[in-house]
Amino acid sequence: MFVRLSAAIAALSLLGGAALAQGAKPTDPQIAHIAYTAGVIDVAAGKQAITKASNKDVKAFAEGMVRDHEAVNKQALDLVKKLKVTPEDNDTSKTLSKQAADKLAELGKLKGADYDKAYIANEIAYHKAVNGALETLLIPSASNAELKSLLQTGLKLFQGHQQHAEHVAAGLK
Amino acid sequence: MLPRRTFLIVTALLSGAIAVPAHAATIQIVMDNLVVSPAQVTARVGDTIEWINKDIFAHTATARNGDFDVAMPPKKTVTSVLKKAGTVEYYCRFHPNMKAVLTISP
Repeated sequence: MFVRLSAAIAALSLLGGAALAQGAKPTDPQIAHIAYTAGVIDVAAGKQAITKASNKDVKAFAEGMVRDHEAVNKQALDLVKKLKVTPEDNDTSKTLSKQAADKLAELGKLKGADYDKAYIANEIAYHKAVNGALETLLIPSASNAELKSLLQTGLKLFQGHQQHAEHVAAGLK
Repeated sequence: MLPRRTFLIVTALLSGAIAVPAHAATIQIVMDNLVVSPAQVTARVGDTIEWINKDIFAHTATARNGDFDVAMPPKKTVTSVLKKAGTVEYYCRFHPNMKAVLTISP
């Protein structure tokens, strides 16, 4: 099946490219903001899927996304509070949010099996992109050890989500 | 009050009675950073499993053969008693990469 890259993924790829081109690494407050935003996006997509999905595996997957990403984001909030770091909004976060809103609207127009397939395809692509950004940019750039550790836990969790999504997608064919 | 000797006998009888089924054990299985450990455990029917979830995520220990399905909220420990013998593969329904085996003897 052809998996269309969502705009959000393009933004994440750009993030890597742009930041590396400038030789500038994102700061911890920016990393925290990007990671949190990426989580919020998947929670919103999951909530939409819980109301719209018709396949029970897709719905269960969406419930898992909401549960896990909310748990990670709660942990992230607790951590920034503890570290007295204020997450700093930035162009990457803004682009991610804007493009995710467009994607949500696009998915919102679909129904039934079409919706299920499109949601899962986007989840696979989205997690792939987020994992790529975590691996190549966000984790190596994080300077605080606890933030780095939370991002590493996130990466492990999201790699599992990607595989889980691929498994669900295979079952839809 | 009972004479001291009688008291000792009663105590001895009571503790003897309580100590009889000494082979029922409590076994700990830990879910930490999306890994189940130990991944292979041997136990007996009647043993108690203490499922310790150290993660911030909810997990389950779900037997593939349907023998048990234990829900573990984040950062919580729950216990269950093994009721049936067998080699049981189980996994987390929420994170299917988490897999382990319980070998339960009668």
